[in-house]
Amino acid sequence: MSTTTLKPTPPAACKDRSQERQKEMIAAHFQRLARAPETGQKNVYTFVPGNLTELLLAFDALPVLPEINALQSAMRGKSREYIALAEKLGHSEDVCSYVKCDVGMLRSGNVGPTGERLPRPDLLLLSYTGCFTFMKWFEILRQEYGTPTVMLHVPYQGGGKPTIEMRDYVVAQLKKKVIPALEKATGKQYDEDRLKELLARSAKAEEDLTWVLSTAKHKPSPIDAYFGAVYYVGPIFSSFRGTQDAVDYYRMLREEVAERLEKGLGPVTPDGQATKERYRLVVEGPPNWTSFREFWQMFASEGAVVVNSTYTKVGGVYDDGFRHDPDHPLETLANYCLGCYTNLDLPTRVDKLVGYVQDYEADGLLINSVKSCDSFSAGQLAILRAVEERTGKPGGFIESDLVDPRFFSAANIKNRVESFLQMIEQKRGGGA
Amino acid sequence: MIAPQHSKDPAPRGNGSSGGGACSSGCGCGSGASSTGSKEAPANLATLVEKAEELARDWRLDAVRAWKARTKGIAVGYLPVWAPRELLHAMGVLPVGVMGAGDDLEIIRGDAYYQSYICHLPRSVIELGLNGALDCLDGMLFPATCDVIRNLSGVWKLSFRGKLSFYLDVPQDFERELGGQFLRQTLLELAHELETRGARKLDMGALARSIRLFDENRALVRQLYTLRRDEPWRVLTSELYPVLRAGLVQPVEEHNELLAAYLDLVRSATERRPLDQARVVVSGSFCEQPPLSLLKTLERGGCSIVDDDFVQITRWITSDVDQPHNTGKDALDWLVNSFLSDSTDSPVRYCAKGRKGDDLVRRVRASRAEGVLLCAPSFCDPALLDQPMLQDALDAAKIPWTNFKYAENTGQFQVIREQAGTFADSIKLWSEA
Ligand code: SF4
Ligand code: SF4
Repeated sequence: MSTTTLKPTPPAACKDRSQERQKEMIAAHFQRLARAPETGQKNVYTFVPGNLTELLLAFDALPVLPEINALQSAMRGKSREYIALAEKLGHSEDVCSYVKCDVGMLRSGNVGPTGERLPRPDLLLLSYTGCFTFMKWFEILRQEYGTPTVMLHVPYQGGGKPTIEMRDYVVAQLKKKVIPALEKATGKQYDEDRLKELLARSAKAEEDLTWVLSTAKHKPSPIDAYFGAVYYVGPIFSSFRGTQDAVDYYRMLREEVAERLEKGLGPVTPDGQATKERYRLVVEGPPNWTSFREFWQMFASEGAVVVNSTYTKVGGVYDDGFRHDPDHPLETLANYCLGCYTNLDLPTRVDKLVGYVQDYEADGLLINSVKSCDSFSAGQLAILRAVEERTGKPGGFIESDLVDPRFFSAANIKNRVESFLQMIEQKRGGGA
Repeated sequence: MIAPQHSKDPAPRGNGSSGGGACSSGCGCGSGASSTGSKEAPANLATLVEKAEELARDWRLDAVRAWKARTKGIAVGYLPVWAPRELLHAMGVLPVGVMGAGDDLEIIRGDAYYQSYICHLPRSVIELGLNGALDCLDGMLFPATCDVIRNLSGVWKLSFRGKLSFYLDVPQDFERELGGQFLRQTLLELAHELETRGARKLDMGALARSIRLFDENRALVRQLYTLRRDEPWRVLTSELYPVLRAGLVQPVEEHNELLAAYLDLVRSATERRPLDQARVVVSGSFCEQPPLSLLKTLERGGCSIVDDDFVQITRWITSDVDQPHNTGKDALDWLVNSFLSDSTDSPVRYCAKGRKGDDLVRRVRASRAEGVLLCAPSFCDPALLDQPMLQDALDAAKIPWTNFKYAENTGQFQVIREQAGTFADSIKLWSEA
């Protein structure tokens, strides 16, 4: 068994300063949102993949990301009642549970994750990147709120790479549609210099995040690049990309991870400091949020550490070298949107996963296929086969959902995870 | 039934608009996507419907194989909901609609590709790919309909290497300089891909002629829908549906003949008499197609379908493409413009103006329907996410509705029959009260 033994850890190391910092940032953001009706600050609802946070901030608009609200609702144990309410209102059991969770939250008073009420949107920015459901979601919200909506159609990389024509199409929409809509919603003029400053800060934060995620190449990995990294990507995928807060947060995170790396420590898990790295995994697909801790524990208790994941690329793929480029502000925003993970075609997703398994010396690929998300899930079985074939490493497949607790069967998932880890053992032992 | 001609016509007049058997390039070579080996239209309604049903069930694509053997042309499949059939035709390519295998095929390997919570269509398309039924196709187009079809384009690339797998992105911005420019570019790329695989070079004159043939097709379909709206007992949906589906595997010239023959036969079907049925609109079946037996069940349950969104490609563009007001530098622009401004409202098309559901209410009024059957495939996000908005709009307009789900291979209809029957009865009672 290839177990990497980790050095003992002082208990104080379990609470990261960066985590505290992130909490404060989020709390302050939601307070600003709650106070928006009095302060008059405008807000724009938009989506994580293809979010244009820097552009919104250049107009002093506060971003609101309904997916983040939905997952936070799930972590607070509210999603069951929100989904039930949406289904009572006629939404089908079959469709994406993020949408239903959001509709239920909205109909229950729109109270956000910090317990404060979210303001009505001043603009719905439909950044239509990597998921068709986004379009339906904002059609629903537009009908609920009667708010102006602007569509930004980001073409899919169906041919495996973005083209100049795709980029130009996105830039033209930014110029002719999105920027005028933001000017109208906020009453402010587009200020390109301001946007450039924000983009320069984005690039700094992206550099540090990329470094942090790359540390999982080490043995033992100082981070869990799925369960732990969903916290790391929080600020950059949501409302903070382009802010000094984000720059500071990622610098702090980098220092902490550098320290762990130096000390030879593994990741901090729900059960405390990991003491053994028995399995190194790559995970494809979003996590389950309703039983997030229990889900993580199934891996942590077996010494399974995730060394790379695709979910941490949905709000931007940086490991191929992309950084926001302040010298080409609108083009860089377009390139960013085009490159988000769920906007990549399946052969490219396979290439990425094969690269992750090989470069991070993983023992196998595990897919968490979520019922809600056709964008991620449709085709995952073909992806699994292709990655297994090309890497020779075992693949595992589990099924759950994002925020609908009815589709998280702990016993079933645990069984499957254990069988997958056994397969890895067999493979190591030279078994079939 | 003939598309109007006008002065912008870059092609020689009189070519290709009559549904005859000429090659679309006008060269008289007898090859390409134009009519080949067209047979006499059946003189009898039952025979015609039987022939249409046979073609509708032709998942092995025997008709396409026969066409290829005759013409040595190339054939390219397309998935729902929209594909530029006119462009393919103009390049001598036979466009072939691939809409799954309905209830005729047992899925053996397709289920290993898709989880249980994904609609049925992709697993049946994969099954067809793996069992060799689609071998006669030289490529596949995957239109930007939803994430499932989008990702199926990738599964296709991973599974069937070497064959053209083209993701046909379509704009959700409907301005000519933005979305229009993007669509034009995409279509030119497609033309280039087809050319590298043996299709004729895209010629704008040929495209104009092909557009007219498809305009004729659309016009015939519109006439049938109008006749069914006015006299639903004449045009049974359980007949019209296979007649439309036949066109997925036939060259347009032959399909035009079939449509025209069916129209003539039902017009003169004096033995058909009005039925005491509830008039309903069916909405939500635009992609994965319902099994024919489901439609028969609805009819037996007391419903006359007076509008629907089945085989949507036949009515995606709602009027003629070749019209005087459709300007542009060439025929490709006409096609692009029609897509932008004359596409039907659909769950897969961004509702940029107005409220969701307004169009459905308008269609109910226009077809004098008494109720709506919201009939969507299981796990179809676009259709099912629209439903609450449609229901609200119908409620506000005081239009009765009911909803149920199906899969293309649904075999048990007892529950649906009871639901449709109760719905039809309640509508009739309500309208008599
Ligand atoms: S379908 Fe997937 S990507 Fe789209 S909104 Fe739902 S969870 Fe997000
Ligand atoms: S039936 Fe619905 S979900 Fe399935 S492929 Fe068609 S549009 Fe997509």
